[in-house]
Amino acid sequence: MSIRLSVDIGGTFTDVVLSQLGHLTTTKVLTTHADPALGVMTGIGAVLERSAVSPSQIDLVLHGTTLATNALIERRGAPTALLTTAGHRDVIEMASENRFEQYDVNIDRPAPLVPRRWRVGVPERMTFDGQILVPLDQSVLTSALDKLLSEGVKAVAIGYFHSYANAEHEQQTAALIAQKYPQLSVSRSSMVCPEIREYERLSTTVANAYVKPLMSKYLSSLAEQLRSRGIKAQVLMMTSGGGLTTLAAAAEYPIRLVESGPAGGAALAADIARAAKLDQVLSFDMGGTTAKICLIDQGQPQHSRSFEVDRSYRFKKGSGLPVRIPVVEMVEIGAGGGSIVTVDPLQRIQVGPASAGSEPGPACYGRGGEAVTVTDADVVLGHLIPDGFAGGSIQLSAARAEVAMGSSVGQALGLDNQQAAYAAAQIVEENMASAARAHASEWGKALHERCLIAFGGAAPLHAVALASKLKINTVRVPPGAGVGSALGFLRAPIRFEVVRSRYMRLGGLQAAAVAAMFAEMRAEAAQVLMDAGVDVAAKSQVREQRQAYMRYAGQGYEIAVDLDALSTTDEAAFRGGFEVAYTKLYGRTIPDMDIEVLSWTLALTAPQLGQIESLATNDDDTDKHATGERELFDGQTWVKAQVMPRAQLVATEQYAGPMLVIEAQTTTVIPAGACLEIEQDGTLLITLGGRP
Amino acid sequence: MNELKIQLAWNRLLAIVEEQAQVLMRTAFSTVVREAGDLSAGVFNVSGDMLAQAVTGTPGHVNSMADSVAKFLRKFPLSTLMPGDVLLTNDPWDGTGHLNDFTVVTPVFRDSRCIALFAATSHVADVGGRGFGPDANDVFEEGLCIPMSYLFKAGVRNEVLLDILKANVRDPMVAEGDLYSLTACNDSGATALRDMLDDLKLHDLDALGAVILQRSRSAMLAKVAELQAGEYAYEMTIDGYDTPVVLSATVTVSAEGIGVDFTGTSPVSAKGINVPLPYTQAYASFGVRCLVGNDVPNNAGSLSVIHVTAPADCLVNARPPRAVSARHAIGQMLPDVVLGCLHRVLPQAVPAEGASCIWNPVFMSTLGAESDRLAHLPFVINPIFNGGTGARPQKDGLSTTAFPSGVRTTSCEVNEATSPLIFWRKEYTPDSGGAGALRGGLGQTIEISHRFGAPFIVSKMFDRIRYPARGRAGGADGRPGRVYVMQEGEPLRDLPGKGRDVIPQGARLILQTPGGGGVGDPLARDAEKVSADLEAGLVTERDDGDF
Repeated sequence: MSIRLSVDIGGTFTDVVLSQLGHLTTTKVLTTHADPALGVMTGIGAVLERSAVSPSQIDLVLHGTTLATNALIERRGAPTALLTTAGHRDVIEMASENRFEQYDVNIDRPAPLVPRRWRVGVPERMTFDGQILVPLDQSVLTSALDKLLSEGVKAVAIGYFHSYANAEHEQQTAALIAQKYPQLSVSRSSMVCPEIREYERLSTTVANAYVKPLMSKYLSSLAEQLRSRGIKAQVLMMTSGGGLTTLAAAAEYPIRLVESGPAGGAALAADIARAAKLDQVLSFDMGGTTAKICLIDQGQPQHSRSFEVDRSYRFKKGSGLPVRIPVVEMVEIGAGGGSIVTVDPLQRIQVGPASAGSEPGPACYGRGGEAVTVTDADVVLGHLIPDGFAGGSIQLSAARAEVAMGSSVGQALGLDNQQAAYAAAQIVEENMASAARAHASEWGKALHERCLIAFGGAAPLHAVALASKLKINTVRVPPGAGVGSALGFLRAPIRFEVVRSRYMRLGGLQAAAVAAMFAEMRAEAAQVLMDAGVDVAAKSQVREQRQAYMRYAGQGYEIAVDLDALSTTDEAAFRGGFEVAYTKLYGRTIPDMDIEVLSWTLALTAPQLGQIESLATNDDDTDKHATGERELFDGQTWVKAQVMPRAQLVATEQYAGPMLVIEAQTTTVIPAGACLEIEQDGTLLITLGGRP
Repeated sequence: MNELKIQLAWNRLLAIVEEQAQVLMRTAFSTVVREAGDLSAGVFNVSGDMLAQAVTGTPGHVNSMADSVAKFLRKFPLSTLMPGDVLLTNDPWDGTGHLNDFTVVTPVFRDSRCIALFAATSHVADVGGRGFGPDANDVFEEGLCIPMSYLFKAGVRNEVLLDILKANVRDPMVAEGDLYSLTACNDSGATALRDMLDDLKLHDLDALGAVILQRSRSAMLAKVAELQAGEYAYEMTIDGYDTPVVLSATVTVSAEGIGVDFTGTSPVSAKGINVPLPYTQAYASFGVRCLVGNDVPNNAGSLSVIHVTAPADCLVNARPPRAVSARHAIGQMLPDVVLGCLHRVLPQAVPAEGASCIWNPVFMSTLGAESDRLAHLPFVINPIFNGGTGARPQKDGLSTTAFPSGVRTTSCEVNEATSPLIFWRKEYTPDSGGAGALRGGLGQTIEISHRFGAPFIVSKMFDRIRYPARGRAGGADGRPGRVYVMQEGEPLRDLPGKGRDVIPQGARLILQTPGGGGVGDPLARDAEKVSADLEAGLVTERDDGDF
């Protein structure tokens, strides 16, 4: 398998990368929101033409899309109903009953995806250990469904109490719908998210149901258009968990497709880490609106099972819709090139989370944007060259950036323009450093031994400054940073994760039941991998990870404990594994306290076939920039810096800052004291000087 | 100090205390700390003025800890402190209002000079005595009190104190663990602070602290200056322990700041709902801070603009040895009283009264015969339920949402997995939000029985059962809360809001949390909102003759 196509649909751009024996052809086209497959086909047409590859030669298509996320954020999903246990139809609206912002009496809680009139309480009841307390009342079900159908409902989420322990009632309900109402799209909580905690499980199931009709339609339309273009290759979809899955699994669990772009970025960084044998990496992805930071140890991004879609209040935890799906764990803050810089009544510079976006955009875009942004600061400091920004598509105005910086920040603080810009850049970098420190501390990890891998349009501008704040010594900027997610898809493994909730005290561990459950989970995951073309029987190819989510009895949060490293599956081994994990996070254990398990996960992972190892330079960035010199402001004074187009850098050479490396999609800032080398694959390797 | 350095250092200081709080939340053993964020963390200058505080936490802690460090410094003057010292108290009057809250203070040294102190507070599940609840007659019955003392002296653990502590609480392992967690979070703050000073080439926090306090105070004073000066009074009656109590306040707005005085409030109670003054100050200033300068960071500078006073021996200024364990039952009502006063000066910003105090029943097993073990498996769970908040002047109230507390509710499925109770219902109570042009938030109905039909115990600290949350400007009151027992063949039996009851064999317990008050004339409500409420079943026509 040698020719692969990778497509990432983002909010603004659709990126397409064709990989041919390690040679990359890339393009960026505008996302076509009405029918996203159109933009995809345009992009594919462009790369095929440039690379002179015929459609039938393509062996595999990799795809990630932000469509599901956008449908959730913009509330554009299908009219969806929820069938739930009688007495609990408000679960998804009551949520956690807390306020995510202590001092604001005017906050709004996120609107539920299913209005109350379409949330039906069905007489039935299970217990946490799967006993039936009240049998399912099918007659209530049919009359409710008749009514929902007549009101235009297209999708149904089924979420009964404790269905993770006994799915019988959900199955009966789904069977009845399949038989009598085959036009309805159905999502069952016992399949989408078979985990204890009704709010999170139902929120996930409802979100899945809400985007399912839309995503099924899109995925089949895409498959159809690929076929008619002569592309017969299999399509694998990128998931939030950082792995690829089949179209069938994606259509069944579209909620797992949210956040696939950032997951692709993390997959890229993880692959670079593996190739360069870097044990500890911090990936740093900074775009127009947000920055995302992810810890990658031993070539594996940090995973978790909780994510929030649409944090509508300043990206604050709790202001979005929780979904329990496998995700690459990362911290996201409102700090991007478009983030707006203001001065508050206490004369403090504040950056973000409000963003000028791409319309009207930063002041220097000259499209009517008045607010001063991080990008404007970059221009004032000399870091961004007004000519040739975004491949020459936008001519930046240094004068507008200066004026906006002066009027919004400089005058309020009595600073001249370059000092104000320097302060703004420092604050946004400090915000990102704080987020990284807090994230590392939350996971019990250290930062300073790491290598920072930077991608995304704005990251290389701030990467070295961020590394310096975090006492990180080396920074890598891979080639093609502007299409990092699509590159990541080419490097992502094929992966499927299955979860089950089965409550157990370690004191009464039922090893045989656990083994049987894992066998069932493995079969489910193996099926998806086989469908994706993986030879599951080949042990060397497939990695299996089992985890238990455990806690001391009565505690509020579970921690993930790897079970693979345990030699046996008895109580003592489980306890030992838990204590190791607990100590790593919290520094100590509590002897003699009972331990309980709430959930279990199993993931199978296999590499893509024909994966390339090289990040060979792409071909469309024929840089118009010339080598030269430019003045940069370093906080005290203006210093002369060398300017080099990335394409002209020589692998055997060593360069010293201050220096700017420019390319179509981004600029890398190398300050005085740092030096630059070029790796064989074109990666910029920056070493910070004078740091311990 | 140049402006940029001030900016960076202040920003960094806020991040440091936030991380300090995260460490505390991660490492605490008490569920209420981890799950509900019942904690606070902050950094202080060497005079004991709070410079920065984590936003994480609950208001009752947030502001009472602010005064605590200065009290420590009076007993242990700066000149006597050494590297490795860690101080501790759970005295309700020196800390944050009841014995369950432990405050740990750690001085930070640089070049053998104390340059700052970190303080953190968290709720420890058990401190001996009767256990957490309102039923004690004095503070001695409520458990062990540790006056301000050394937890570590020059790095050496105070073994005597720890032995006494462990001998007096029901879960010594957890209590000790929580003290370590407090110590660890202060240590992480200290390390981060030293790094920050190195990075920014600062010797101490003196110059930075002065700027922070001065700018915060000025920003608050500027906000206060926007208000019409004058005296604004408000009064609210609530259920109390067994007899109704009056909470009365006068807010004085002047050029010097905002005064809140609780003269006119009922006298102390014989039971454990009394409030020590620091906790009163905490919730009263929270009430002010939600509306006035809510974007100014919380520190000694911004807090210095608010002065909270109460006559001695009134309910909100109880002195030792009054019982104070359930002081939150009254304390969480105080923001409503302060908001009531402020309504007179900020009519367009103040919500109506809400359910306010959380409903946090404790459910426990009864002791049964040895032969009937299945039905009498021992359990204790402490779920949290909320009522509705008052309608806001531009928006409806929030249904089933904690205010002023910052807690989260727990999952019914998890409650059922960790106890033999079945939660048959947990749903909005239709028509419980006070009608108005803007409707109050709805309360909820919770219906519980024992899975095996056995009796079980409920311990209650509920309010607003007799006295509902009142509406404003023509808005109706929220529906009051209710607690009752449903048993086949018997009439419904109401229970009082406070104290302990046994729910008999085979019976169901029904809790109805209070709704929030409405704002404005119900007839002036937007027609679309009326029909949306009807369609959703949040309001039923039966109760609204006007439609």
